[in-house]
Amino acid sequence: MAYKIVASQCSACGACEFECPNAAIAMKGDGFAIAAAKCTECEGEEPRCIGVCPVEKTIVKA
Amino acid sequence: MMSPNLTASGGCSASACGSAAAPEDMAPEVWAKVKNHPCYSEEAHHYFARMHVAVAPACNIQCNYCNRKYDCANESRPGVVSERLTPEQGVRKVLAVAASVPQLSVLGIAGPGDALYDWKKTKATFDAVVKELPDIKLCLSTNGLALPDHVDEIVAMNIDHVTITINMIDPEIGAKIYPWIFHQHKRYEGLEAARILHERQMLGLDMLVARGVLVKVNSVLIPGVNDEHLIEVNREVKKRGAFLHNVMPLISDAAHGTHFGLTGQRGPTAEELKKVQDACEGGTKLMRHCRQCRADAVGMLGEDRGQEFTLDKLPETIEIDFARREAYRRQIEAKRELAAFARMEVKPMETKPSRVLTVAVATKGDNLINQHFGHAKEFLIYRADALGVSFLGARKIDDQYCQGGLGEDSSLSRIVALIRDCDAMLCAKIGGCPWGELAAAGIEPIDDYAHEFIEPSIAALYAKRCADAPADA
Ligand code: SF4
Ligand code: SF4
Ligand code: SF4
Repeated sequence: MAYKIVASQCSACGACEFECPNAAIAMKGDGFAIAAAKCTECEGEEPRCIGVCPVEKTIVKA
Repeated sequence: MMSPNLTASGGCSASACGSAAAPEDMAPEVWAKVKNHPCYSEEAHHYFARMHVAVAPACNIQCNYCNRKYDCANESRPGVVSERLTPEQGVRKVLAVAASVPQLSVLGIAGPGDALYDWKKTKATFDAVVKELPDIKLCLSTNGLALPDHVDEIVAMNIDHVTITINMIDPEIGAKIYPWIFHQHKRYEGLEAARILHERQMLGLDMLVARGVLVKVNSVLIPGVNDEHLIEVNREVKKRGAFLHNVMPLISDAAHGTHFGLTGQRGPTAEELKKVQDACEGGTKLMRHCRQCRADAVGMLGEDRGQEFTLDKLPETIEIDFARREAYRRQIEAKRELAAFARMEVKPMETKPSRVLTVAVATKGDNLINQHFGHAKEFLIYRADALGVSFLGARKIDDQYCQGGLGEDSSLSRIVALIRDCDAMLCAKIGGCPWGELAAAGIEPIDDYAHEFIEPSIAALYAKRCADAPADA
């Protein structure tokens, strides 16, 4: 039950980090990554990180 | 924008006397805020420098002209990625620039990203810079969606200029420009997205105006989408109190990977752009001297010294010489006063009103004709007619004539094409070969006015031309 960020797609804008209600996202290397243990998939709502991400198909089911 | 002050009929009117006269049609309190701002004051852009730092990369909307892997197309030349900086790095860069560029008077935070959505980083950068450089002016650019949430902080931080990019006031048109927005933790699409964005932009504009913050509106002209519509946008934002409206061309190319680029949406031609700008003039004033600089531009308008100040080149310790900054300011006040007096001498001509002279000027600042033709990075275009001298805009040269070495004919002919509509070209110095090329194209190269003030020189040239050829015209 978690999402992950496709590193090669990520533009490192940090918007997802900003929006995640569970502080599951942080800078890692040149981009951002989701800590699977903290991600709740936004508990049935539309995942916020996907909603804000400017690059389609960057955040996908882990 | 400052138009040459032609009202001076002797005596000392409040607006024309003293340091850098305010244009007649600008309220004095507005002039006080913009007079040292190179982006807002045509007069100031000859003397002061600005810099942008890209510290706020996150954005809350998607524009069809933007690919976030590159710079925001609205504030920069797309295709060149700006250096992304943390707030700490951004502050170091600002201080390093201030230490070596005493003209620095404005720090802006613009794209890529939205300075207000990514507010924590914007605020951290501004707070730290102001502590070290209390005399610097702060400005920021936003798409407006998050603006109403931050108006009070903007006022508290003494930010007296905000730029909002407004491309429509009709959500039907907005839906063609913005595929989605992200607002209050949720993505909205289509008409609904455009309607929310529009309402937030208008609300933010009204709130800023009510608090006395100067608002500039930027619009991106997208042919076939919002060209005619921008005239309505112009009317609306003027009515609501925006003090400047800047219409700029969409820059579109498939290689940028933007939606518009990939779907073949083209940018406007120079004539299409001018047509809309002319239709808007008399509404909110337009910034004809805007150079659409990159988001991390550094320097005087028309130059970009950003590459001298990349992170790896910043010194370890930075000492700012405040006495030197102060001395520069005083020197500038004196220069501006001189220039203002010189302008006062530009008198309307006793001549047939139909006679028009279009002139390209090579300058590196200070309102003087002081640039070598071969070193010019851009030309300022002026028009002289029976009513006086007025500034039409700046035209950039893509690659410098001299850079290619001698005999780079192709770039020389590009420059000739760039100023083809001009009758004369004023510069400090010019070599024999380019002289010939310009003359052959009907553009008279003139270096007689080297190191003199721009507008009075053009007025003198105009008077001379009228006297030399009284019969035609
Ligand atoms: S799905 Fe929700 S909880 Fe998981 S990383 Fe994205 S925003 Fe955070
Ligand atoms: S929002 Fe998308 S592009 Fe931006 S940092 Fe997160 S994953 Fe990367
Ligand atoms: S883009 Fe235009 S408004 Fe912005 S700094 Fe450059 S000239 Fe000024």
